[in-house]
Amino acid sequence: MAGYLFRRFVTSLVVVLGISMVAFAMLHLISSSPGRAVLGLHASPKAVAAFNKANGYDDPIVIQYWHYLLQLLHGNLGYSYKLNQPVTSVLGENVLRSLYLSGVSLVLAILIAIPLGIYQAVRRNHLGDYIVTSGAFTLYSMPSFFLGLLLIQAFALSLKIFPPEASQSVSVIGVIEDPRAMFLPILNLVAIQVAGYSQYMRSSALDGLGQDYIRLARAKGLSQKAVLTGHLLRNSILPMITLIGLSVPALLAGNLLIETLFNYPGLGLMFYNALQNEDYPILLSYTLIAGVLTVAGNFIADVAITIADPRVRLS
Amino acid sequence: MEERETEGVEESPLNLGGGIGPFEPGITDPLDGGEVDDTVTSGWRLAVRSFAENKLAIVGLGILIFFVLFCYVGPHVYHSNQISGNVLNSDLPPGSGHPLGTDNNGYDELGRLMVGGQAALEIGFFAAIIATVIGSLYGAISGLIGGLLDGVMMRIVDVILSIPYLLIVLIVATRYSGTVLSLSLILGLFAWLVPARLIRGEVLSLRVRDFVSAAKVMGSGRTRLIFRHLLPNALSVVIVNITFQVADAIIAIALLGFLGFGLQYPHVDWGDMLSTANTALGNGYWWLVYPVGISLILVVMACNFIGNALRDSVDVRLRRR
Repeated sequence: MAGYLFRRFVTSLVVVLGISMVAFAMLHLISSSPGRAVLGLHASPKAVAAFNKANGYDDPIVIQYWHYLLQLLHGNLGYSYKLNQPVTSVLGENVLRSLYLSGVSLVLAILIAIPLGIYQAVRRNHLGDYIVTSGAFTLYSMPSFFLGLLLIQAFALSLKIFPPEASQSVSVIGVIEDPRAMFLPILNLVAIQVAGYSQYMRSSALDGLGQDYIRLARAKGLSQKAVLTGHLLRNSILPMITLIGLSVPALLAGNLLIETLFNYPGLGLMFYNALQNEDYPILLSYTLIAGVLTVAGNFIADVAITIADPRVRLS
Repeated sequence: MEERETEGVEESPLNLGGGIGPFEPGITDPLDGGEVDDTVTSGWRLAVRSFAENKLAIVGLGILIFFVLFCYVGPHVYHSNQISGNVLNSDLPPGSGHPLGTDNNGYDELGRLMVGGQAALEIGFFAAIIATVIGSLYGAISGLIGGLLDGVMMRIVDVILSIPYLLIVLIVATRYSGTVLSLSLILGLFAWLVPARLIRGEVLSLRVRDFVSAAKVMGSGRTRLIFRHLLPNALSVVIVNITFQVADAIIAIALLGFLGFGLQYPHVDWGDMLSTANTALGNGYWWLVYPVGISLILVVMACNFIGNALRDSVDVRLRRR
């Protein structure tokens, strides 16, 4: 097991290195002469060349990549000339608000999806199962922002229960203290995630229901509740670990759209603004971090499943 | 050989359905799994029959045909000026002359829906084709040659697959978006990874089969092996994947358009038409939001219905990403 995890770890490191190459290559291809972008269209070619030289942008590409990598290892993600701020500080300003939004909605989604999936498996091909499956399928076929538009129409414009805009508070405490404003964005993210997770949970639970240990538990005379919570849940929850580990890209994409739609100042809105400004240092640093998080998510899921599932540990 | 095969299974990006994690038994082979049938019916004919029996698939096909006709034949039946808007007529509610009202530039919304649908369908289709062609060739080469090259090629897939699709596509779109062709290329060039893995997995399981050994013994070169023996046998996987790719690409282009990186104005796709949806709802202009949104959902749903039915009918335990 240790050998397997070690090999997975090394592979992950190689992939992370590859991601840094892609991020660097894209930065280089898209804005190869930052001097022009920083100094503007009217700057003389001489000044541009001088800027590029002073900042090392005229070195051979391999050297530039080496410097980039060294800077990354020191936690320096580059400089946003558009905002006149280091990228790390721009990210730092927004990360907590995004973490709150993603974290709360992820936890809620898991807490809802697991019992929902088990309910669907138990009531397979009954009305309840059909309704949930159809709902999940519809949500799955919908761009996530469209659900947000429907929620805004229903709860903010027609019923006027919740504001159409997320909390604008600068501090996370302020955001947490304003649950009314956060209700719609969180609901939106939860609904999208539940649509995916519950269907996995359903098929995993269906698999489990056909197993011998369930029949044995029933034969022992355990109640339905004891069978479901004591035997089925613990076994069929395992694939959810993998699934959650793989959900980083979807989480980030969801954040991008929902934060933009509800004007919530987190990393997603930062990314959207950087797109508008063509602020490539921010865009590619964020993409780099997203890629590393994705790899980390996969790796952590592998470790977790190895710990949680004796069958994996022994094989 | 055996070990590499299971590796291919583990690496599939998401496990849909029953098979879970590394202890999974492995993909059941489509050709070995079925019962022996006395009548000689080709696999494809069986697949078509089972597809036709699937009600949702027929509904999906119907929706798709309706929208293709609506978008391409519609403008010849329902004439509206989509060349220049009339600002004096902006944001008119549905009524005489404009069955779905007009948008904030004074374009007729029903006509806009048709034109925007053309773009969405074309981009979805082209992006899926690009992704599938690249992915199939890449996966087939990687699986067939194997060894070190396979390892390197698959690590490259790992790397690109680890970068969230929407983020990287948006970054490239800041520079190169604007036309149907460029958007299809952007979406397609970052979406070939899943088909590449699927095809590689298929090729790995096919290449140890007797008919492939026979072809090799008879002197087939690699090119002939790939195009003549491996890809045709992996075709069912490819076809199912294309359908889902179309659905994903249509959603992706809607997201790009919504965020403002779709087609260059005055050309529009459905996503572009929704980019001002939030303001439109605030103003009560519902006709600028719901017809587009519902069309979008119906088309994507139709593709998903068809994809699911195809997957069931070719009976491959294919994984959606």
